[in-house]
Amino acid sequence: MSERLNGAQAVWRCLEAEGVSVIFGYPGGAVLPLYDALLDSSVRHILVRHEQAAVHAADAYARVTGQVGVCLATSGPGATNLVTGLANAYMDSIPVIAVTGQVTSRLIGRDAFQEADVTGITLPITKHNYLVQRPEDLPRVFREAFHIARTGRPGPVLIDIPKDVQSQMLEYDYPAQLNLPGYRPTVLGNPRQIQLAAEAIASAERPVIIAGGGVVSAGASGLVRDLAEMQDIPVVTTLMGIGAMPVTHPQCFGLLGMHGRFSANRAVSESDLVIALGMRFDDRVTGGAGRYAPRARVVHVDVDPAEIGKNRSVDIPIVGDVGKVLEALLPSLRAPALRAAEARRAWLAQVQDWERQRPIAYEESDDRPLKPQRVIEEISRLAGPEAICVVDVGQHQMWAAQLWNHQQPRRFLSSSGLGTMGFGLPAAIGAQVAAPGGEVWLVVGDGGLQMTLQELATAVQEELPIRIAVINNGFLGMVRQWQEMFHRRRYSAVQFGPWPDFVRLAEAFGLPGLRVQSLAEVGPALTRARLEKGPVLIDFIVDPEECVFPMVPPGQGIEKMILGPDVPAVRPVAVKG
Amino acid sequence: MRRLVTLLAENHPGVLTRVAGLFARRGFNIESVAVGVSEVPGLSRMTIGVEGDEATVEQVTKQLNKLIPVLKVVDLDPQEAVTRELALIKVNAEPSRRAQILQIVEIFRARVVDVGPRTLVVEISGTGDKVEALLAMMREFGIKEVVRTGAVALERGHRLMRQERVEEEVS
Repeated sequence: MSERLNGAQAVWRCLEAEGVSVIFGYPGGAVLPLYDALLDSSVRHILVRHEQAAVHAADAYARVTGQVGVCLATSGPGATNLVTGLANAYMDSIPVIAVTGQVTSRLIGRDAFQEADVTGITLPITKHNYLVQRPEDLPRVFREAFHIARTGRPGPVLIDIPKDVQSQMLEYDYPAQLNLPGYRPTVLGNPRQIQLAAEAIASAERPVIIAGGGVVSAGASGLVRDLAEMQDIPVVTTLMGIGAMPVTHPQCFGLLGMHGRFSANRAVSESDLVIALGMRFDDRVTGGAGRYAPRARVVHVDVDPAEIGKNRSVDIPIVGDVGKVLEALLPSLRAPALRAAEARRAWLAQVQDWERQRPIAYEESDDRPLKPQRVIEEISRLAGPEAICVVDVGQHQMWAAQLWNHQQPRRFLSSSGLGTMGFGLPAAIGAQVAAPGGEVWLVVGDGGLQMTLQELATAVQEELPIRIAVINNGFLGMVRQWQEMFHRRRYSAVQFGPWPDFVRLAEAFGLPGLRVQSLAEVGPALTRARLEKGPVLIDFIVDPEECVFPMVPPGQGIEKMILGPDVPAVRPVAVKG
Repeated sequence: MRRLVTLLAENHPGVLTRVAGLFARRGFNIESVAVGVSEVPGLSRMTIGVEGDEATVEQVTKQLNKLIPVLKVVDLDPQEAVTRELALIKVNAEPSRRAQILQIVEIFRARVVDVGPRTLVVEISGTGDKVEALLAMMREFGIKEVVRTGAVALERGHRLMRQERVEEEVS
């Protein structure tokens, strides 16, 4: 049964039909009809302070809930402010719908006020985008856009709607059927390939699983754990795969790659079978070198066929949803042959031994200067495994990836592929909206916080009790670290000064601010912050020249891994095979 | 290595932009493009000449397949395809040399499609090599202008683009 509505009313009905309960947005001239119709909709609108925050918050909402996050912006500058966030969601394969206003149809192409070619600009950073030219197309476009965003390899979809289309009338009827002949993602893996994978796993003596973001988005972490436990296989994760396996599990060796653990990187480089699940051999994982996992055959499972063979040659490719592929794979696995089983137990013990030899470590200090790693560990300990840890980009991000007690998927939110400074605060807002009763910690650098600082006002207005831990070293720490290590400590444009007073800034925005400069103050400050009913900020003044270790220098193999300031690079040791 | 990739896409505004944009941002080289309507209303067919090694062409094919309006992509085996290009050549044709030009046109099975007082316009269609060969001959008379299409290609035999092929899952 159809109903007569204008385009703007239809948009909200489409969103309601897709189960959207909250969107993040910012009004403007070209979306006035949409904002008018919003008043009669059941959808909750969170008013941000900059459109970039709307898309990051929608992105984080999607990361926490697994549902599509939605944001709304006006034409021209409103829409171009979404660009960074769309690129961010695209790189991390996060389902987001961005609705943008466009100038009235007859003005398109005439350089009208607040006009920008938004579908053109966002072409390479969206999974798909639409310019809606007729109001009667709106229901079909929304139906398709949500389907495209959430299925296959998830990603952002933008819908650009001219102002006149928002005002014109249509017969609204939300379509049940889709007609997308050019979009049929392969979900089920090819049984023959799965059989080959099963055989490769049965005969492997030094297998390792690399779990990526695809494991999280497929909801397949339980299956990964089953595979690992059934077959005594060590598991390592990418940044996006964090939480796919509890980090305290004896078979989990945490993060791999540039700042990954010694054991994790060593396991991959000595392995004879890499089982890559929903990951893409990014250069921060492999070092960008062609010799990655040189001794291994590779089973690569990914829902995006274009990822297979893109960065690393693959022996057994399987295109499909990681969850569906594992469901088919697990029953066909045999117990490894006796020789393999023994070798495998020895292998697991070896990787555990590497972890014992070279855990993530840092130099403890006395009361001062405060070690940033210690602050992050203390937050994790107090907040517990249920808490959501949102990070920005830089050193603190890596420390949180290394040291937080990651137990579950969808609890560690990081701009991983794009590395967007400024992601943290708006993402924490999205996370808290997605998990209203949950404890959300934002671990953020003093650089990244200043990129989207204005969103403190949003957190206050919406009474979102996010706990903000500023890891304040007064430097752009990661850039400084690279300048120290690779540019002979010639510091260039990495030091802030004069220093903004984050405590007074917090107070100016209407939230309490605390400052912590010594270890003794950490516990009491955290305890106090956890009791706050609204947002709270703690400014941790930390050791300014701390570095993230281990580190594999860019473009190098893991044998060049630097373990600490005074520890020489690791030399490769052949494993008896 | 030069390959021809042929694809069927919905005939919407912006589809060519999506295809061209994909080549630009992934760093693939387009040698030639030919676009036109297909036998199916609403679908257009593109033939794209791609320069690159096997891995590059495979990536091109896979990435093109990800574009929502693209229905089908085939990396044509040059041995199994008929390929044609078209060129129009405006050549100097003083009355004294006209007969010679016409003779060459005849040998190439090309056609004269315009006659001017001092020029001829010659139309040729054929493989890229054949077009090149005629151009080489015409250079002797003085070429004033040339316009060429990109290659178009069809698979030989009974196989059709639209038939469901066995889903090739992998490389």
